[in-house]
Amino acid sequence: MAEFTLVVNGQPHKVDVAGGTPLLWVLRDSLGLTGTKYGCGVAQCGACTVHLDGEATRSCLTSVESVGARKVTTIEGLSPDRSHPLQKAWVAEQVPQCGYCQSGMLMTAAQLLSQKPQPSDADIDASLGAHICRCGTYQRIRSAVHRAAADKGGAR
Amino acid sequence: MKRRSFVQASATVGLGLVVGFRFEALLAQEAAKPALPNPFDAWIRIDAAGDVTLVCGKSEMGQGIHTALTQILADEVEVDWARVRVEQAPTNGAFYDHGTGGSSSVRGSYKTLRQAAATARTQLVATAAEQWKAPVSECRAERGEIVHAPTGRRLGYGALAAPAALRPLPDPATVVLKDAKDFRIIGQSIPRNDIPAKIDGSARFGLDVRVPGMLFAVIARCPTFGGALKSFDAAKAKASPGVVAVVEVPPGPKGSFAPGGVAVVAKSTWQAIQGRNALAVQWNPGPHAAESDATLRKSFEQLTSAPATAFRSDGDAAAALASAAVKVEATYELPFQAHASMEPLNATVDVRADRAEAWLATQDPKWAQDLIMEVTGLKAEAVTVHTTYMGGGFGRRASADYIVEGAQVSQLVKAPVQVVWTREDDMQHGSYRPAAMHRFSAALDAAGKPVAWLDRMSSVSISRQWDDPAKVKPWASEIDGAVNLPYAIPNLRMEYADAPSGVPRMWWRSVEHSINGFAVESFVDELAAAARVDPLAFRLALLAEPRLVKSPNDPDGTPLDTKRLKACLELAASKAGWGEPLPAGRARGLACHFSFLSYAAQVAEVSLVNGAPRVHRIVAAVDCGRAINPDGVAAQVESSVVYALSAALKGSISIAKGAVEQSNFHDFEVLRLPEMPRVEVHIVASDTVPTGIGEPGLPPVASAVGNALFALTGKRVRRLPIRASDLA
Repeated sequence: MAEFTLVVNGQPHKVDVAGGTPLLWVLRDSLGLTGTKYGCGVAQCGACTVHLDGEATRSCLTSVESVGARKVTTIEGLSPDRSHPLQKAWVAEQVPQCGYCQSGMLMTAAQLLSQKPQPSDADIDASLGAHICRCGTYQRIRSAVHRAAADKGGAR
Repeated sequence: MKRRSFVQASATVGLGLVVGFRFEALLAQEAAKPALPNPFDAWIRIDAAGDVTLVCGKSEMGQGIHTALTQILADEVEVDWARVRVEQAPTNGAFYDHGTGGSSSVRGSYKTLRQAAATARTQLVATAAEQWKAPVSECRAERGEIVHAPTGRRLGYGALAAPAALRPLPDPATVVLKDAKDFRIIGQSIPRNDIPAKIDGSARFGLDVRVPGMLFAVIARCPTFGGALKSFDAAKAKASPGVVAVVEVPPGPKGSFAPGGVAVVAKSTWQAIQGRNALAVQWNPGPHAAESDATLRKSFEQLTSAPATAFRSDGDAAAALASAAVKVEATYELPFQAHASMEPLNATVDVRADRAEAWLATQDPKWAQDLIMEVTGLKAEAVTVHTTYMGGGFGRRASADYIVEGAQVSQLVKAPVQVVWTREDDMQHGSYRPAAMHRFSAALDAAGKPVAWLDRMSSVSISRQWDDPAKVKPWASEIDGAVNLPYAIPNLRMEYADAPSGVPRMWWRSVEHSINGFAVESFVDELAAAARVDPLAFRLALLAEPRLVKSPNDPDGTPLDTKRLKACLELAASKAGWGEPLPAGRARGLACHFSFLSYAAQVAEVSLVNGAPRVHRIVAAVDCGRAINPDGVAAQVESSVVYALSAALKGSISIAKGAVEQSNFHDFEVLRLPEMPRVEVHIVASDTVPTGIGEPGLPPVASAVGNALFALTGKRVRRLPIRASDLA
């Protein structure tokens, strides 16, 4: 066991865990941030995706000791009030069904939009193609990413 | 039971008007149950602020039921959408949930929920009329208020709720349901009420439950089905950081199918997983250790090669086949399928000496309560179940093996415990969609008209596992969708025999219809090809004059109406541009199916990319009666299409040495976003009662795709998942 200081959603947190513990379980079990989901544990499904310094990362295969000083953003920190353009688009397109995979989808989509404000279908495939949704919300996810991109474009 | 006993008012100080009711009993044994201490499983509550709450036992697993039921309530009780809420009913001594499944929630609740809501509205009208000393006929409900038409006086539901609770409920005969032309909320694509919590991480699924002092557990289970614990050495596991206990878990109560094993209990999930990795455990492999796909296939081949019990026999199929001008024969095979919900199974249970509390993502909280009672010896009033959102259910969460484990481990370690299934546990200890085989023989006359149809089916029977051996009907959850073939064929015989297997099985989205929709609609397509008739024209001709086709499996059930199936087929074909030219390398196929009292037809558009099938577009038509929320209906069909495409194109469960070979999403692949076709859903306008929609969009998918691939390649898809080698 060792002590680590993690900056999560702008707040510093001290945790006392084994260095090899995946960030996923530190977020969920130590910090009570359960919006980040466990789906497969082997970086196959994307449900556990968070941002490390803005970069979408699978927290299930990221050891807590490897996080270092990088800032962690989880779904709880994507916006304070569901006002991120993607969150608004997710409502407008009525994307979630069971909703379990959507935290990861949103975090990856947020990085995509920050890098490619007007993503093509191929960009969306390349970015979100590594996620799984068993409810089959893919079509609406695609529409919602385009909608969020259009909203952002309009705001500029 | 008379109508009156389904609806009753209750005045509880501070709560306002509360109307309790039972959802319509769907099962005969439910109706036959003796009088319960509290006969309600749902409540409408109208509080002093005028807010209306549905306290509802139906579980939300992504299907949008919390929204659909609340829409029905809001419309019939006559309030604006903004004033209506939904609350998940806790299961304790006072609630008797029927469970959530079988695409039954809307169709089973619609009439009763409306009757209860109209009762509340009628009560509010009567209460206002009394206060105004005005005739009831001069008063009407309007958007959360009662209005006295002649004077324009108004009283809000909030002010009326308390006095309304003190009056006896109106005679059910005087309760008048709204005319459908006055619906304002039913039939509208109202945004779902669960979505805000599902985009900011605040929605609580089973795995997100956090209770003070809780521990986390994972369980080592025998890898071969039916095996048992031989011995274990806990020393290394106990020495693993954070591990607080390693305990032997006995098999669960009879009928729960909880296999037992060794639980490693720790302060965090990761520590429990690490502890289990360090556990040394030996198993007795049990009686099914030699089972494999090959042994099962051999059973299926034997069982479908000999006559078996007939469940439908029209005319004389054998004689017609013997004298046929053209004979067509084919065998269809389907593998086991895993549910693979995104949220792995889990249960959080706190068993104390005198009470137990559980937080469960379950389709059947009442059964969960019963089993926790059985494990702990506690009475119903001492066992409370809180139903959480489910990260997918698809039928898997209608089982309770994982719930029993939660109760067992909490009882053993005397602490609140969350039993977590890893993805590997979830994949390898499932309750799978049965594997099955259909062997068809059909005859065409000289004009290409089908004159005989013989379908010999075998599968691993769900009922064989779950039902009392003395009363088991192995065919009960296997033959529907095949036995009630809607096509007019004079000599028609359908036989079934179940195959022995140790593999656990349970309902998987659309149950037997996922199997039979593929086999039957693919073979019908073979007949169309043999007759050299367009597949749409061939089906429309065979659906013939409007007829009602009963299922001998459910003789008292609502029969299939060929007219509605035909209308669906025509709608899908027309929207898809059936018969119109396509770019080179593309082809269309179609299929239709009746399940859960709803009708579905689909046209798939496919191509081959590097020899592998690619689905570009699915045009779906559904007739599910009145659509409560059209966008919700579309979402359920989109969802069913994706679930079916995963099973048609991607992963499946295979058995070797009595165990599942797959372990995670790398070897049980599912459809991903880049493979997502364009899905267009067209809803047949209808004012008949709503019918199922969570599942009926699934059965036609694989056959529509297979039939399109035949049109493209000339190769017939006769087994799933579709392999590129079968198309070469």
